[in-house]
Amino acid sequence: MSGGLPRRRLLGLAGAGVALAGAGAAVGAVTAAPRRPEVENTSSVAGAVPFHGEHQAGITTAAQDRMHFVAFDVKTTKREELVALLKEWTDAAVRMTNGQEAADGGAVGGSAEAPPKDTGEALDLPPSALTITIGFGPSLFDGRFGLADQRPPGLIDLPRFPHDDLDPNRSGGDLCVQACANDPQVAVHAIRNLARIGFGRASVRWSQLGFGRTSSTTKDQVTPRNLFGFKDGTRNIKAEESDLLHDHVWVSDKDGPAWLVGGTYLVARRIRMHIEIWDRTSLREQEEIVGRKKGTGAALGQLDEFDEPDLHVKGAGGLPAIGVDAHIRLASHESLNGARILRRGYNFTDGSDGLGHLDAGLFFIGFNRDTRTQFVPMQNALATRDKMMEYLEHNGSGHFAVPPGVREGGFWGDTLFR
Amino acid sequence: MFTAPLRATLVAAASMSVLAACGGGSTPAAGTDGPITVEAADDACKVARTSANTGNVTFEITNKGTKVTEFYLYAEGDRILGEVENIGPGLTRRLIVEATDAGKLQTACKPGMVGDGIRGDFTVTGEGRKSVDTDTKLADATKEYQRYVNSQADSLLAKTTEFVDAVKAAKVEDAKALFPVARLYWERIEPVAESFGDLDPKIDGREDVIEEGLEFTGFHRLEKDLWETGPQADSPAIADRLLTDVKEIVAKAKTVELTPLQLANGAKELLDEVATGKITGEEDRYSHTDLWDFRANVDGSQAAIAALRPVIQEKDAALLTVLDEKFKALDDLLEKQRKGDGFKLYTELTEPEVKDLAAAVDALGEPVSKVAEAVAK
Repeated sequence: MSGGLPRRRLLGLAGAGVALAGAGAAVGAVTAAPRRPEVENTSSVAGAVPFHGEHQAGITTAAQDRMHFVAFDVKTTKREELVALLKEWTDAAVRMTNGQEAADGGAVGGSAEAPPKDTGEALDLPPSALTITIGFGPSLFDGRFGLADQRPPGLIDLPRFPHDDLDPNRSGGDLCVQACANDPQVAVHAIRNLARIGFGRASVRWSQLGFGRTSSTTKDQVTPRNLFGFKDGTRNIKAEESDLLHDHVWVSDKDGPAWLVGGTYLVARRIRMHIEIWDRTSLREQEEIVGRKKGTGAALGQLDEFDEPDLHVKGAGGLPAIGVDAHIRLASHESLNGARILRRGYNFTDGSDGLGHLDAGLFFIGFNRDTRTQFVPMQNALATRDKMMEYLEHNGSGHFAVPPGVREGGFWGDTLFR
Repeated sequence: MFTAPLRATLVAAASMSVLAACGGGSTPAAGTDGPITVEAADDACKVARTSANTGNVTFEITNKGTKVTEFYLYAEGDRILGEVENIGPGLTRRLIVEATDAGKLQTACKPGMVGDGIRGDFTVTGEGRKSVDTDTKLADATKEYQRYVNSQADSLLAKTTEFVDAVKAAKVEDAKALFPVARLYWERIEPVAESFGDLDPKIDGREDVIEEGLEFTGFHRLEKDLWETGPQADSPAIADRLLTDVKEIVAKAKTVELTPLQLANGAKELLDEVATGKITGEEDRYSHTDLWDFRANVDGSQAAIAALRPVIQEKDAALLTVLDEKFKALDDLLEKQRKGDGFKLYTELTEPEVKDLAAAVDALGEPVSKVAEAVAK
């Protein structure tokens, strides 16, 4: 492996080997062995990403190709039951991200008279870089669990943005879980087993599948394309840019509250894209709307994808090369008082809309240090002035505080529930 | 709200444009003669090469001075072909200009970003690109469409006046009857009207799209008053403002100079409006008179295509056949929904009827989206 690999992934590969060896040595091979012990986890695509760390995995982890995102309503009103659930979920998440089944005994190792403890569809599959990331929604802090005074100031109820057409059945939630993997079956397996463990205590409110990443989160990843056919996330914050992560993503002890330090805020938006209309739009107009060339991904007026956009270049008649209502101008930190976010969205298609069109779009996931000063002004600018809005419809929304990473022996949210 | 092409074509209509505005796909011809470096000092503007062939010309400007500077490329009469502003001392920035025609140009550095700058001559040689705007058939097409816009604008003003009078006289039923009629003329020339940025949301903004700090006014505010909440204390004032705004937009619409590409894109945008707003019943959510707007958008699209007809006939006759066929199919479907002087309400349509209309709009949208290319041939 070359020196260019991001730290988390290097650790991931080393850590995975250690964890697998440990599992095999400590417990009986039948019950706790990895699903596919013969596979050497040397490939970053198939290998394991460590669950434990300063920050949760699934944020700066090299964006995997697939995602299953779910929001839960907490059904129990007892704090201890919620805490027990978070502990059980953590155990299952540690196992699954490590390529193991969700529980001891698994799909076929338990009593023949009992339903299997793991649902089984990920048997034989490698860890596939699965990460599972949890977040706490504003409604979790409504008083049911004695958390009202712990609600982070940044965990606002998002304002209504112009053009919002939000479906309550695709919005909100007490908890969210983002599962990302390079194999869709592995991501779905993770969500399905967590939902199963949650029965009686948490129930699925809404969920979203994503089939292709629309952002790069490390510098060695090729910039992927969204369903408009354009490279997306060229200027995203990357895992290697620790200063930017520090400034724009991780909640610091200056921000507070203490339990969220090392965590971040996750904003999810289900953005339907009117791709049929877009596809009838001329290449020139598409490029003007985005502010980039479709082929190379270069900002208008530049040559290569990673040439910095120059917002001060003008063309014939003194009109800006990157239009005043071009997407990349409005979303740029130059136009937003320096505000930046880490994006980790996915393309989706969910069947059709009943009018002969695909229900397709981009499931936006963004992480930022303070949604009030980062995502909100950005989305206000876009919703108000972005030419692209003519082709977009925001119909789902969620906002969650993402607690810091879990230390060995800890559980999701242990800094909050201590 | 489809406003982009109007501006897009304004750029394209100029004889040169930055790479940003050129048709895409082509890579800059940097390989053959490379970028032209410019050293911009406080008292000098050293352009390494002062001639280029037609095609993309790339300048790389380095500010060697102490003041923030700008670099310009001018055509005759100081018409701007390209510029880079705000080049700080020590910085290097890039300007790519597509030179479509041969000619004598001027370069300029403007240390301190003021004045005429330090000028130099610059020559472009080689073959130019033919402009579609010189064709007389195309010129006739734009004139004909301009006449259509003028006549619709006159009717828009007349019918809006009647509607506003009814609202102010608290004649609710009269006002309700006039609402979809006045909107017909608006919807027929929507892309033209919408190109005047701020006026569009004031006249036609829906409640859910009004940005924070702006008031909900215009047709849809009065629609809500008439159908949903009943007349409000400020309904007459809102009506007055609507008329003022409509007067302004009518005056402006009559002065717009359209290019053939704008006509083609306008025809397409009108169908996009149908596909995203009218087919879903989102446009007139209180009155449910969406089919009037639907009809009017299709009328407007048809009028633009009709104006371009001789041009399309000459350049792509097969496309014209398809257009006629698909317009007729959509017309037939729409006419089935006639009721009295107007149309059924959106809420009276069955799901299969909506789906059939949506499919017919898509079927027409595809060939209409090919008109611009045919016109530009």
